[in-house]
Amino acid sequence: MAVETHGTGTLPQIKGVKDVPYDELFVSGHRTCQGCESALVMRHMVKASGPRTIVLGSTGCMYVANTTYYTTPWVVPWMHTQLGASGSAALGTAAGLKVLMRKGKIKEEKINVIAFCGDGGGADMGLGAISATLTHKDYNCLVLLYDNESYANTDIQLSSQTPYGAVTTFSPSGSKKRLMHTRWKKNVPGMLAAGHPESRYIAAGCAAYAVDLMNKIRKALQLGGPTFVHTLDPCPKGWDYHPQYSQELGHLAVECGIWPLYEVIDGVCNLTGPTRQIAEGRKKRKPVYEYLKRQGRFAHFAEEDVEHFQHEVDKMWTEWLIPGVIPFTVAAKDQTILKIDKKPLHEQKTA
Amino acid sequence: MAVQVKEREHQDVETEQLMSGCEAIAEAIRLADVDVMAAYPIRPYDGVMQAAAKLIANGKMDVEYIVADGEHSQFEIVKHACAVGSRVFVGSSGVGWFYAFEAIAVTAGLRLPVVAICGNRALDDPGAFGTEHNDSLAVRDLGWLLPWAETAQEAMDLALMAWRVGEDKRVSLPVAIGLDGAFLTHSQQIVKIPTQAAVNKFLPKFDLGDRLLHPDNPITIAPQVDQDWLMEIRMQNDQAMRKAHDVISEAHAHFKELFGRGGDSPFLDEYMTDDAEYVVFGQGTLALPMKVAIRRLRKEGHKVGLVRLKWFRPFPTQEIVKSLSRFKAVGVIDRDYSFGSPYYGGVLYNEVRSALYSLDKRPTIVGFIAGLGGREIEQPMATDIFEKTKAAAGDIKSGDTCHWIGVRS
Repeated sequence: MAVETHGTGTLPQIKGVKDVPYDELFVSGHRTCQGCESALVMRHMVKASGPRTIVLGSTGCMYVANTTYYTTPWVVPWMHTQLGASGSAALGTAAGLKVLMRKGKIKEEKINVIAFCGDGGGADMGLGAISATLTHKDYNCLVLLYDNESYANTDIQLSSQTPYGAVTTFSPSGSKKRLMHTRWKKNVPGMLAAGHPESRYIAAGCAAYAVDLMNKIRKALQLGGPTFVHTLDPCPKGWDYHPQYSQELGHLAVECGIWPLYEVIDGVCNLTGPTRQIAEGRKKRKPVYEYLKRQGRFAHFAEEDVEHFQHEVDKMWTEWLIPGVIPFTVAAKDQTILKIDKKPLHEQKTA
Repeated sequence: MAVQVKEREHQDVETEQLMSGCEAIAEAIRLADVDVMAAYPIRPYDGVMQAAAKLIANGKMDVEYIVADGEHSQFEIVKHACAVGSRVFVGSSGVGWFYAFEAIAVTAGLRLPVVAICGNRALDDPGAFGTEHNDSLAVRDLGWLLPWAETAQEAMDLALMAWRVGEDKRVSLPVAIGLDGAFLTHSQQIVKIPTQAAVNKFLPKFDLGDRLLHPDNPITIAPQVDQDWLMEIRMQNDQAMRKAHDVISEAHAHFKELFGRGGDSPFLDEYMTDDAEYVVFGQGTLALPMKVAIRRLRKEGHKVGLVRLKWFRPFPTQEIVKSLSRFKAVGVIDRDYSFGSPYYGGVLYNEVRSALYSLDKRPTIVGFIAGLGGREIEQPMATDIFEKTKAAAGDIKSGDTCHWIGVRS
């Protein structure tokens, strides 16, 4: 199938919904559930990147539901990679293209390389490989983690991205134990941003804010080098709510301050969307109860569970070094570190 | 200490150098114009990555050299680089090879001609650096071609063969060259380094054709096929492995014509077998002490010989049947184990016996497990092996035994 080649040397920022490319590169043929927000992420992702893109998909919903033989929804070239291999797939593909162009074995052009993984593939099994990839600054590739907060493809088992207390098939609520899962969600984009100073772009997004998400994809590809985008994707099957509310739950996750939207560009943190409004005091965070009560996976919550959840989210906003992003607090006796002399060494006075 | 790879002023002149098996492989990487390679440390295979790194640092070759965060990533990186049309190289040893196992399995399923070396090493625990073939052999059912080298020269030659055969469209399967740890990876021998012009004649450019992953060819690779299609796809892999036999023969003939090396058969290396009555059969460097023993025993009047297997996959069944049916008894030496297998024999022992099953007149085949963990096969052990093989001749049932050689009681 011939694909029209657009000029993809640059990927300008999208100004609004009317400015979004008309072309669909993720089309019918997939078998994702009704209301699947991750499928929307896939669609936005390739809409933003355009046709000169290679997509690598690690095992998970977006592999199994999307690529039934003979009915692929992918208009762009697509290849499966192993559950823990999204980082390596991105790196290998980018390295291959780079060297083949350098040696004149294929035509020199900008080809976007995007490898996606779910929360199981990205935050659990494949975290090491993603981390390694983000240090290989000579290769242009984006790793996109679509986070539906469980191993949703295999039966809704808990992952390190499953929120505190949520019911999954590995963490049912029973007569003896109300909460089987009591670990707090791993802060993946914050951890990757903090630990990979040479990655030029790391962001947290949500398909409920589609233009914001597409612009994040474009910035990541435009800036180049190894980059990372993490999306929170409401999942009707895993979160237990009616499929028509996916967008609404995405909005609530951000508005309750549970899922802050931000990007770290060349080491500078920039809040986006309602998260920015919350930070600037233009919008008040909603109580997490508004979010929790809409989902069956939290139906067993007692009042104290809701309180704990709220307390932990409050801490993100009141105590973290960078609210919602970097989770350190500085001890009272060490507050001076925040006022440290930031002049270059040769301009500093000796003690 | 590793030998410095010397600069050569005239690339069009064949040179000879003293080099280890690992360094010989690194030279093959240079000559094959490999595009992407991925390294991760584990002894003994990684000598090849150290040697290659020097060649890159000194501007002798242009290759994307990626130091990965583990073997799984190593093998995934080259798999994906291969899918976009790069000629690739990778390798590992022992438990590192096993850490990559998932990637190794799918590389064969994807029919991507990744070329690897497995610097054969025992699977610790308990810790052991020395050679054992269980790492390579673990992939024997998956669709990897598995040649084994005896010398540094053969290591280089097999590497060049590996890209040629693996990348051939009739085959399109990955290749893992077995190099005995220490005995071959780190022992130095004289190696003839062919000219670039000759290698270019032997090795065509890598072309994935309509399987190339590129925006101009927007295919979907490895979708969910489930029970609807998997049997047909597995059968295609089987057919590719069948075709590999003739492609190897073809490449071997061309290699011999261009470089004058490789022996009579691409699959078997026979030593003093013309009038032999009892032979030993094995693969890798154990051929060296066995050849010494054969020369010694021949002086004493024993009609003994050696048949060395060069390609374990595809298993050259017809060649083995033809060769081994000439002898009274065959002692199969396994530098591996297969606990609980028929007659508690090694992998090679049971494969050889299976290959000869339908013959009307077949030799007695006795099993030997020797040299595990890199233990030297010393001359008294070699003598013991030949004596036991000779004693078994004439009674086919006496081969239903596997002897562990050189074991302390």
